[in-house]
Amino acid sequence: MFIDLKNVSFTYNLNMPFETEVLKSLNISINKGEFVGIIGHTGCGKTTLLQLLNGLLEPTVGNVFVDGIDIHKEKNKLREIRKKIGLSFQYPENQLFEETIFKEIAFGPKNLGLKGNNLIENVKKAMKMVDLDYSNYKERSPFNLSGGEMRRVAIASILAIDPEVIILDEPTASLDPQTRNKLLNLIKDLFRCYNKTIVLVSHNMEVIAELAQRIIVMEKGRIVLNDTPKNIFRNNVELLEEVGLAIPQITSIVHKLRKMGKPIRTDILNIEEAKNEILKIARNNR
Amino acid sequence: MRFSKNLTIGQYIHKDSIIHKLDPRVKLITVLILIIIIFLTNNWIGFFVIGMYLFSAIIISKINPKYVLLGVKPLLFIIIITLLLHLFTTKGEIIYTFWVLKITKEGIFKGLFIATRLFLLILSTSWLTLTTSPISLTDGIERILLVFKKIKIPVPAHEIAMMMTIALRFIPTLMEETEKIIKAQIARGADFETGNIVNRLKSMIPIIIPLFINAFHRADELAVAMEARCYKGGDGRTHYRKLSIKIYDNIFLFVTFIVFILVAILKYY
Repeated sequence: MFIDLKNVSFTYNLNMPFETEVLKSLNISINKGEFVGIIGHTGCGKTTLLQLLNGLLEPTVGNVFVDGIDIHKEKNKLREIRKKIGLSFQYPENQLFEETIFKEIAFGPKNLGLKGNNLIENVKKAMKMVDLDYSNYKERSPFNLSGGEMRRVAIASILAIDPEVIILDEPTASLDPQTRNKLLNLIKDLFRCYNKTIVLVSHNMEVIAELAQRIIVMEKGRIVLNDTPKNIFRNNVELLEEVGLAIPQITSIVHKLRKMGKPIRTDILNIEEAKNEILKIARNNR
Repeated sequence: MRFSKNLTIGQYIHKDSIIHKLDPRVKLITVLILIIIIFLTNNWIGFFVIGMYLFSAIIISKINPKYVLLGVKPLLFIIIITLLLHLFTTKGEIIYTFWVLKITKEGIFKGLFIATRLFLLILSTSWLTLTTSPISLTDGIERILLVFKKIKIPVPAHEIAMMMTIALRFIPTLMEETEKIIKAQIARGADFETGNIVNRLKSMIPIIIPLFINAFHRADELAVAMEARCYKGGDGRTHYRKLSIKIYDNIFLFVTFIVFILVAILKYY
């Protein structure tokens, strides 16, 4: 177990008139090399959960373990942990501040002690990952870029730290479809080619269903479901609809076909799979 | 983070009480009178009267006195500094000597007196902001400023009120955003807590620059949104909420006036 949340609760404004409990005794573990998707409505506590994962927030009750270390008992290790666990917030382009893109991306690794050639190498690598040409972009200002490019610079600034775990909060929010697909492909690559552990938060079920190996569904500060996408869409469609989360369009079509009496599998997640399955049934009928 | 936790200034707590229903103009004038008499008073009995008046006003407003006191917390430092300054710099009968510092009897009295004065000042303003929503507060200010127009002194009452409304509206947003940016930079390994003063000031750059850029963006968007809805300033604007003075407003003002007279008599008697 790499990241382990044991019986974690979190309350904002403790002992104040505006006290709100956002997370209620959660138990979550994230393994090395896993792709976990977290989904839930706005205000269900997703963002708070992410900040607990890398020690930005301290739980009101319970413990957070990273690599077996209780991170709030050994505070001097917090920086090490942030080097291991990179967190990209929602709209990460709002944190850009440097004069040049190089300096911007180098900010993180420099803070964590990287110098000279190693630093340059890390920046180059991170820029390559997000598909920004190094020699062309390094001297430009991060504020003269398009929205999608700014988002990619911001994500590269996390990747340059070279963390083992990458946590992404709504990375595709308010991007145009083309940039969105590009970014999703990047996340796929990070997982497959660079062997990163990924925690992806979204309220878009299509994205999560296609990419994640395991989905955690949250509602009102609790975990409602924690299973593989296939199991969730095979068995828990009613529950998902109760919580008010739409299932992927294609899964919903498959479920409708099933109701019409077609012998189709209901754990289908993408169009390609659905096409093959439908063709198979059509051939058998002939 | 830490700094927003204790900030109760500008935080309105909604309760169903007579104080909450008072006309904002009445409350503003009350606080104005309170400030005047807090500075006017030169004896402890006067402070006692004002204290009792404020205490009952807080109790009637049904707000937990703990939260009103929380408003004093950020300024506690200033109160203590003033107390110490008076303690050591007032000349008079020496009762205790410590190194070069001499504590005098007069110093203790004067220090406590000034500290009480500051304490009451903060208490009365935080009572006002806790029981009055920002919107009705600026509404009240606008109406009071309009009086100047009637006596032919040009004051941009509406513009001042609008600016205050916008400023108050964006305080929580900016605080939230500051917290988020701080967290984002900490996640990138930024360190705000160690190093000497120069390094610490330098470490503020990654917070301040994004904050300013976002604030300017916001201001731009807000201006466009307001113009798109044909906002053109104060002339001829009507109000959704009509302010009116009711019986309990008059009673409240009457009580305030009695306290005012009482304190004035105590001073000159």
